[in-house]
Amino acid sequence: MSSRFRIEPLLAALALAAPAVAAGPTKKPVLTVCADPNNLPFSNRARQGFENRIAALIAKDLGVGIDYVWWAQRRGYVRNTLGSDMCDLWPGVAKGVDMVTTTLPYYRSTYVFVTRADRQLAGLSFDDPRLRKLRIGVQMVGNDAMNTPPTHALAVRGITDNVHGYMLYGNYQEPNPPAKIVEGVAQKDIDVAIAWGPMAGYFVRISPVKLRIEPVSPTVEQGQWPMTYSIAMGVRKGQSGFKAKVEDILRREQPAIARILADYGVPQVEDRPATAEAGAVGPS
Amino acid sequence: MNRKALMSLALAVLPTALPAQVVPAPVPASEVFARERIGRAIAPPTPQVGRTNASPAGAPKDDGQWTQPSKNYASTRFSELTEINPANVARLKPVVTFPLGVNKGQEAAPIIADNTMFVVTAFPNIVYALDLTKPGAPLKWRYMPKPLPAAQGVACCDVVNRGGTWSRGRYIFTTLDGQVISLDARTGKPVWKVRLANINLGETITMAPLVAHGKVYVGDSGGEMGVRGWVTALDEATGKIAWKAYNTGPDKDVLIGPDFHPFYKMDQGKDLGVKTWPADAWKIGGGTMWGWITYDPDLNLILHGTGNPGPWNSEQRPGDNKWTTGIFARDPDTGSAKWYYQFSPHDEHDYDGINEQILLDMPFGGKMRKVLVRPERNGYVYVMDRATGQVLSADAFGPTNSSQGVDLATGRLIINPAKETKLGSSVRDICPTASGSKDWEPSAFSPRTGLIYIPHANLCMDWTSMQVNYIAGTPYVGAELHMKPGPGGNRGTLTAWDPVLRKPAWEVPENFPVWSGTVVTAGDVLFYGTMDGWFKAVDSRSGKPLWQFKTDSGIISQPVTYRGPDGHQYVAVLSGVGGWSGVVVSGPVDPRDGAAALGFVNTMVDLPKYTKAGGTLYVFALPH
Repeated sequence: MSSRFRIEPLLAALALAAPAVAAGPTKKPVLTVCADPNNLPFSNRARQGFENRIAALIAKDLGVGIDYVWWAQRRGYVRNTLGSDMCDLWPGVAKGVDMVTTTLPYYRSTYVFVTRADRQLAGLSFDDPRLRKLRIGVQMVGNDAMNTPPTHALAVRGITDNVHGYMLYGNYQEPNPPAKIVEGVAQKDIDVAIAWGPMAGYFVRISPVKLRIEPVSPTVEQGQWPMTYSIAMGVRKGQSGFKAKVEDILRREQPAIARILADYGVPQVEDRPATAEAGAVGPS
Repeated sequence: MNRKALMSLALAVLPTALPAQVVPAPVPASEVFARERIGRAIAPPTPQVGRTNASPAGAPKDDGQWTQPSKNYASTRFSELTEINPANVARLKPVVTFPLGVNKGQEAAPIIADNTMFVVTAFPNIVYALDLTKPGAPLKWRYMPKPLPAAQGVACCDVVNRGGTWSRGRYIFTTLDGQVISLDARTGKPVWKVRLANINLGETITMAPLVAHGKVYVGDSGGEMGVRGWVTALDEATGKIAWKAYNTGPDKDVLIGPDFHPFYKMDQGKDLGVKTWPADAWKIGGGTMWGWITYDPDLNLILHGTGNPGPWNSEQRPGDNKWTTGIFARDPDTGSAKWYYQFSPHDEHDYDGINEQILLDMPFGGKMRKVLVRPERNGYVYVMDRATGQVLSADAFGPTNSSQGVDLATGRLIINPAKETKLGSSVRDICPTASGSKDWEPSAFSPRTGLIYIPHANLCMDWTSMQVNYIAGTPYVGAELHMKPGPGGNRGTLTAWDPVLRKPAWEVPENFPVWSGTVVTAGDVLFYGTMDGWFKAVDSRSGKPLWQFKTDSGIISQPVTYRGPDGHQYVAVLSGVGGWSGVVVSGPVDPRDGAAALGFVNTMVDLPKYTKAGGTLYVFALPH
């Protein structure tokens, strides 16, 4: 990625995160937020992400200070942050993730196709025959059968040999590891990236090469792999009073939040009543 | 290995009054294949030809020490000590207890050499040396490697370590953050350290190194993180890398050359580590090595398995995905591959192939053969000719329905299409479960009985609903595994397997999966531990229970036995539950989330009622 953002943290630094104590002589209460220190556009240690900005808004409206527990958002994230009472708020998590209590969603986005603007690749869908020949990059979660929905959508169509995987974990020594896939399009390593919209939207916007971004379709694959998700905030289980306060602020600050999301190029889609919502979907 | 991206709430904050937690109902016996129906051998048993034993080079005369986790190169975990026997074992008492200061899954074997005992803990991988010549075995030295804390966030399934090993006055062990360290065994000062794995790329190391032939052999963990598996040999004296063999990719990276002669056609061909994958999927294809590497002194071979393929969905990686879920024989000096056999081509059940191989001279087909015996995660005990890689027999030792035996003409596992895990499908009662009929926990062999003592699980799984999940800012849905007890309802079994007659001599059912190793003695006593914290002795001829002792935590480590400086026999084991199966206690994860720890919590919900996190060295002896 470009060197516009200098992100220093090695993974090594992460687990040294201080506990959620409100130190300092003033004893002003603080909102302790859990966030990834190296994952723009969502968050980073320099507090340059949109989740940093929205969390700051929440703290301001609560009338408290803000503090962070930094932890790479991977396996063990909840266990070591919200789950260990290390913090109060996870400012961005898919609604319905059942390890935490999620608030009402504050935006909804979609997986997208990213292509170079100088190539005739507009209007793609998963059923487009061009996808059989193009070099496609997908994001990979890392567990068999637990990969991203676009990865499943390609697999069920038998599109495998021209698909390249970019680990969401990536190389944590580098800035914003999940963003490598967008760089791959700009550098012509791949023809199409199929990536989660908020990340893609931001890096398309700051790319030195002009890139095209379009929502994927169909929006639900095989009735069970939604391409669109609502994003909420996560609080510890049982914190219903706090959750209600956060939800009040999310409602009240909706215009400000919308401006922040727009600043970061987050592609937003309308909420749909379809199967895509939260919790268990598909056969169970 | 592997799995399940995000864990759940801290156990510490759980209210005591949870909704009732119920272990799922066992899979009906009618759901699995009868052992006799799916077991195969290329010749009928010929027990009259000779007695099964390890070769003198593989299992030299016992000096009373325990210098490597597997006891000897043949990996018998058999001790010639006889002081403790079925008649007196009931009088065993703890003579030393030593808290490890780390309450995570302890999987290591205590190592005994030069009147000193060495123990390495789970992360942060502290090494203790205890002086066995003094009363109470006081601490001689302690070494803190201070591995990078972030390594904990990369390890998939608790932060375990499978132990160190002793050779020529050095204690050699690995750290979770990817180092191999050689300590001066007298002083605890490092002689050399080398970092082999990069946690920023998802690589960790959890296995016990093997020292043989002047080299230290180590492999990586992290198959679910998009890493490429490898095995490396280091010079024992200096730590300098002698060779590195990848387990996927082009032949030159895998160290496949003109010496490579796999037995079966399916494993023959050029660059199969590339051609049996789509495009460049092999580059992040897994095939790690986090279990047991063995040295065969008779044939001068290094033998090691390979982990499961990943991180692609199985539909996304059509082909056999060489060289994952198989076994390599390599030249110890150069690493060059001699043969390979794939246990689970195109694995779609997470059946890593990293288990132990026991090297035996065994009667088969009318003559004595040099074989290796592998109780494999996919549910079969393989008996293989270790000179050629031919499978002589393959028999189910646990409940099996994901496959229907091994075709001994082609070498291929016969997949049962009804239990394939297809994307979007819902499949119930798949046996064995993802952690297999048996995971890494090593078996023992007694030449007095000819039996292999296999500690293992009796677990199956449902592959069901799609649940929304979230990682690194990205939402997705994925399949969920829910483990459940196999037929009979006991979640674990200790099986005394007769490799010649191809059937169990006896079995001991256990409530929980048996996740500890076994050790067996010339006194005909077999020791093992249970996840609910019992350290047990049974008669190695009959399985009759003889003695048990309740430790402070569950046991998932490797018990050993040795002769102390006073000439008496001692038995040592680490308590400390955890690991993939036990993370519900040590994790912590939320027992209400059945899919946590990749479905393991579902079948282990009651474990916290039986034991707690801990970590203690226990040494037992008869009163004397």
